[in-house]
Amino acid sequence: MHFPFLSVIVFTPLVAALIILLYKPGQKKAIRVTALSAAVFALAMSLVVYFSYDKALAGYQFVEKYSWMPMLGISLHFGVDGMSAPLVLLTGIVMVTGVMISWGIEDRPREFFAFLFILASGVFGVFASLDLFMLFFFYEIAVFPMYLLISIWGWIKTREYAAMKLTLYLFIGSVVSMIGALVMYWTSGLHTFDMLVLETAKFSPAFQKIWFLPVFLGFAILGGIFPFHNWSPDGHVAAPTAVSMFHAGVLMKLGAFAALRVGIMLLPQGAKFWAPLIIVLALVNIVYGAFIASVQTDFKYVIGFSSVSHMGLVMMGFATLTPEGLTGAGVQMFSHGIMTALFFAAVGMVYDRAHTRQIPELGGMIKPLPLVGIAVIVGSLVSMGMPGFSGFIAEFPIFMGMWKTHAIVAIIAAISIVVTASYVLLVVRRVFFGKMPEALEGHITPIRTLDKIALVLLMALMIGIGLFPALIVPWVQTGVQHILALLGGA
Amino acid sequence: MAFIIEHILTLILFFPVLAALVVLCLPKDNLKVIRWTAFGLSLVPFLLTILLWLLFKAGQAGFQFQEQATWYAAIHSTFHVGVDGLSLTMVLLTTLLTPVALLASFNITDRLKAYMFLFLVLETGMLGVFLSLDLLIFFVFWEIGLVPMYFLINQWGSEKGEREIWKGVKVQSRNYASLKFIIFTMGGSLGLLLAIQMLGVLFQNYDLPVLYQKWNSLTTGTLLGLPVETVKTIAFWAFVIAFAIKVPVWPFHTWLPDAHTEAPTAGSMILAGVLLKLGAYGFLRLVLPLYPLESARYAGWLAFLAVMAIVFGAFAAYGQKDFKRLVAYSSVNHMGFVLLGIAAAAKSVGTINATIALNGAVLQMFNHGLSAAGMFFLVGVIYERTHTRNLEDYGGLFPLVPIYGGILIFTSMASLGLPGLNGFISEFLVVRGSWPILTVYTAIAMIGLLFTGAYVLKGVKNVLQGPMNEHWAQGEHKLTEIKPREIAVMAPLMALILVIGVYPAWILDVINKAMMTLFH
Amino acid sequence: MSTVLPILPEALLLVLGILILIIDPFLRKDAARRSFLGWFTVAGMFIILAVSLAFARPANPTQVFGGMLRFDWLGFVFAMFFVFAAGVTALFFMDAEQLGRRAEAYLLLVAATIGMCLMAASADLVMLYLAIETTSIPLYLLAGFLKEDDKSTEAGFKYMLFGALTSAVLLYGLSLIYGFTGKTNLYDLGSYFSSFNLAAVGIIFLVLAGLAFKVSLFPFHFWAPDVYEGAPTQVAGFLSTASKAAGFAVIIRLFIAAFPAIHADWSLILAVLATLTMTVGNLIALAQKSIKRMLAYSSIAHAGYAMIGVVAFSQLGIASVVFYLIGYVLTNLLAFGIVGTVGRLTGSDDFQAYAGLSRRNPTLGLASLVAFLSLAGMPPFVGFVAKFFVFSAAIQAGWVWLAIVGVLNSIVGLYYYLNVLKYIYLYRMENQDEEQHQLQVARPVVIGLIVLVAGILLLGILFGPWFGFATKAAASIF
Repeated sequence: MHFPFLSVIVFTPLVAALIILLYKPGQKKAIRVTALSAAVFALAMSLVVYFSYDKALAGYQFVEKYSWMPMLGISLHFGVDGMSAPLVLLTGIVMVTGVMISWGIEDRPREFFAFLFILASGVFGVFASLDLFMLFFFYEIAVFPMYLLISIWGWIKTREYAAMKLTLYLFIGSVVSMIGALVMYWTSGLHTFDMLVLETAKFSPAFQKIWFLPVFLGFAILGGIFPFHNWSPDGHVAAPTAVSMFHAGVLMKLGAFAALRVGIMLLPQGAKFWAPLIIVLALVNIVYGAFIASVQTDFKYVIGFSSVSHMGLVMMGFATLTPEGLTGAGVQMFSHGIMTALFFAAVGMVYDRAHTRQIPELGGMIKPLPLVGIAVIVGSLVSMGMPGFSGFIAEFPIFMGMWKTHAIVAIIAAISIVVTASYVLLVVRRVFFGKMPEALEGHITPIRTLDKIALVLLMALMIGIGLFPALIVPWVQTGVQHILALLGGA
Repeated sequence: MAFIIEHILTLILFFPVLAALVVLCLPKDNLKVIRWTAFGLSLVPFLLTILLWLLFKAGQAGFQFQEQATWYAAIHSTFHVGVDGLSLTMVLLTTLLTPVALLASFNITDRLKAYMFLFLVLETGMLGVFLSLDLLIFFVFWEIGLVPMYFLINQWGSEKGEREIWKGVKVQSRNYASLKFIIFTMGGSLGLLLAIQMLGVLFQNYDLPVLYQKWNSLTTGTLLGLPVETVKTIAFWAFVIAFAIKVPVWPFHTWLPDAHTEAPTAGSMILAGVLLKLGAYGFLRLVLPLYPLESARYAGWLAFLAVMAIVFGAFAAYGQKDFKRLVAYSSVNHMGFVLLGIAAAAKSVGTINATIALNGAVLQMFNHGLSAAGMFFLVGVIYERTHTRNLEDYGGLFPLVPIYGGILIFTSMASLGLPGLNGFISEFLVVRGSWPILTVYTAIAMIGLLFTGAYVLKGVKNVLQGPMNEHWAQGEHKLTEIKPREIAVMAPLMALILVIGVYPAWILDVINKAMMTLFH
Repeated sequence: MSTVLPILPEALLLVLGILILIIDPFLRKDAARRSFLGWFTVAGMFIILAVSLAFARPANPTQVFGGMLRFDWLGFVFAMFFVFAAGVTALFFMDAEQLGRRAEAYLLLVAATIGMCLMAASADLVMLYLAIETTSIPLYLLAGFLKEDDKSTEAGFKYMLFGALTSAVLLYGLSLIYGFTGKTNLYDLGSYFSSFNLAAVGIIFLVLAGLAFKVSLFPFHFWAPDVYEGAPTQVAGFLSTASKAAGFAVIIRLFIAAFPAIHADWSLILAVLATLTMTVGNLIALAQKSIKRMLAYSSIAHAGYAMIGVVAFSQLGIASVVFYLIGYVLTNLLAFGIVGTVGRLTGSDDFQAYAGLSRRNPTLGLASLVAFLSLAGMPPFVGFVAKFFVFSAAIQAGWVWLAIVGVLNSIVGLYYYLNVLKYIYLYRMENQDEEQHQLQVARPVVIGLIVLVAGILLLGILFGPWFGFATKAAASIF
């Protein structure tokens, strides 16, 4: 590939952020239009990358390597494989829909979009990185804008607390992993941060057993693994809508993905050793997350905890270390990303109009907001793994992976399906159907055209994949094959 | 034409979805257009099914008109459909009842588009279960069928009525019923889901013909650390529970009275007419072929449950004051016979009695579909006029609505099992087949049959006979006669009820061959 | 000519100082003419920088002037960024009335810079002491420059007392070295200290006392918060950056040249001190209400981080220290520059004064973002890369626990740096009328801020060539 697609994708948001910062604060329209154009451009590029990826060839494609600091073996090294290509696409989609949803931000949109785009660049960078140093570089770039975005534009009641908690938690996770990564770098003796080369480094089993856990857990904190998931629900709730979409939709996948890339793929024997522990933790995520979600009264907290539960499925899929589990995890990252982006967008729309997220205070929303209601219904069906939607396509193989490790895991995890179904249906019914409380009568204005486009796009993706798994599964499978090779060969 | 024949199953299966999408694009205010478009389009799968019926070779064993395409290659699941006598019968029932139900729904005015959309999607869900020959696809369609019904009950169900759940919190009856329905069924199918996953992991394949063979040849050794026998038993019960909830088998039936009662008329017609058959179909298509040994071993338990359903269902129906609830319990009662026949067949595989019992069971599925749909519709007709379902509010209505009365009596007799109508044939076959195998249970079932007569007659008596309730005789409450449209709804049902009662061979032949080869 | 090249920067600085003295009387005492002085100094500094880079780059390390100085990359790199720091500080001086109008301020700045350049290049004990004093005395004066301000006077006095005391201790240590070895040239000393005997212990402690003061290492850090708080902010900025870096230059050169054989021992001592420094610095910073004091403690903590690289005792370690210091100079100067200008515009150094800053001057807000995130060690700023390499060197040398301590401390640091940003971006003025209270930053400060921000970003992203310089510096003494 001669055209540097990945560099363009990674740096477009950053460049756009700089341009946006040059506007005067009053030029709101220009700011928004620039933001949307940049997002659409990045999405278009990521679509090209996704559909031009040669599945027969597999491996890393669109590779670009620029020597950055040869002395220590650091290079700006990009490439996507079957696992990361869908995630790059996911980021593009969430970016575009996030910008559409944020069209109405009136308080300093300039800084908002600038920070959001810095975040986006960081996310793209991690997904595309094949250099360990650069992975951390972009990873941290994706962390600090969250603080600003949540504390400045977030929900006034908890934003300061949630923003600080989130940032510190994530930072801790990343530096713990960083230490592990540095130890790996020096122990390998290969004097390079190139992950492709590091995949071939033969770390001793004892070394892997010690260092896998800090590296994996450090990243998995961002994935929301129990018991370090605490930052996530508060962070979700406090963040403004687009940031929640990014946070749950993409950022948590970042953590899981990095845990996979650096933890499992570079320390495969350590992964095998610690897999049972990860399975137990992920199982707690899945079941506990569902139960906690079912007792929440704030709509956004319901979704926040449901994210904890669904990310548990991703990490469970990884931990099974089976082709089915890994495939399911890869699809779940995409499917859940879209689903949760949709949920948060919808919640945001309801909150902007009703000024409350307490479920007992809502009701009858389907009349003034029919599309939002349908979108939430579709999202709910995905959430409970209803066949015909992407959630089922993702969850089913993960369960198969669970069967392969231990039957009891699958049986316990299955409880979460029913729990999820019950709370999600109840929430939908209470918020969207029934009688609208008098306080809200007349205050619920219709949604913007851009909002409608965003919702329809997200719904279409979930239904499309649900009916035609071939839209994503073959990509993920090529990536999974590579991972299995590393696991088997180790 | 060849294209149509080659892909007839896919066409029948997905045409309703296409119709649903067409309906979505219609203008939402023009109710007439929506109704007639939906109804008209729903006739297409019906016509295709008739074509299918004519082309189907009854004498040939195995599945016909098979189609297979890749779907979820990563886990070795394909889109594999095919028909045999059993599924063909069910497909006919579905594609017949859907247009009838849509015709019955012409009085719906609230959000008609969404209503029609959901109904058509539901049809695809049900057809998918009957047509699929891939276990994963089977599950997909099984679950898909739940969602439209949930919303149909929830949104278009009767608005009156409240239920008190815990801590004094009151919810609308329809909300209670719909949530109970979906959670109960989903919970039941969890076991099914897990068992399917296990099978997929074991054999790396979900194709039913393949699984029949491989699963049955797996008899010794250990599986997942347990002996194969134990695992099979657990999986057997997982399958059974999921389908037992759907049939519904006592004691898993408690969702049914609420769901049937609260659903809108057409919803109840489909629910009783087709959805319950999905459970029974699951028994026939999956439980018996995949677990012949376990089915034989536990047939006694199943028979027990079936008989309980027959007897208790009848008693419960007899005790009802709500007309619709009475009909709902009658479903429990009638479906009990289906399960009795299945249990008997399981116990003595391959004997002629088993085949007779199975024939009866399947025919009962078809017959009950017709009569239950008819009964629910008729309840709906009277409810629309009187706005009450309480039997004590009626009385002596026959002179006021003689045509309605006649139709009601006719359909009730079918439900009762009067010789000359379809119900008799199927119930007779079941009893005839089960008697040699499960004598005691069948004897007890006869008591149930007695009470079936009791509640049917009670229902009819309370509505049509006795002193006339003057309330309905004049003034604004004066009862109007059954309308032509409504007669049109009942007509095909009544016709079939009569034809099968008098000349069942055309359908029994088709069923028979399939049942003879059900166990390969 | 070739004799001048090794000390070209110092010589040119001397010329600059003299020129300032000469020009001063000719300028009237009003603002416009006075600012010329400032621009002149700044221009002079950058010309010196350019000329030195062009002509005075060292080749192989050689000792010049009879072994007084060593002309190598270490000294050169440090000298270059001392001059850069001084140039930027001169820009910031122009914003402070008391400082910017007085030629003496610029002169003292130049003098201190000369001293620092000499400190970085000294290869002889006597020269070393001379250079340290040449640096310190002007800085004492600058700290106490604001005659009317009690705090400033107190700061200057405290600095001088503490500095004099520790410098005497240092001198004692240096004299002991001479006593034991009979040599004054650093590069002759290596062979004498082959074991960690009593003499070595004593000497190291004494020397470290003096030098630890300069870099504000625990337990010799107590002067820093008070002095930074009292001194004019611009001076504090210079103190916390260039002067500290100079101290590091001396430590690096001295310890590696004179005590290489016993590095395992003094590395451990430094490691413990670094741990304590980082921890104490970070923890106490959490409690501060004045931003200047907070920055003071933060600077103390950063000295700890930098020391980790010295502990590593490897080429990568020294290179990482040098790079860290370059980055730190840029970042801290930026932080103090912002504090200085906001202090002047709002009249307060409390956190409360920063409420709503991002709305009063969005550019200043963004500059603060850059400064504090770089201090916290976030990419794409130099702070991230610098910390990464320092920890990397530590792990390479086997000091994994030290790296973990550093990392944990970074987390604490992140908390209070984010806190500042919270004030700037989230909190608002009392009446929420930031529109009426827009802040106008003086032109020289704007230039200074832009240069520093650009530097932070440049070194944070395209760090290759810059780390290359640092590596050259390390290679020249290793």
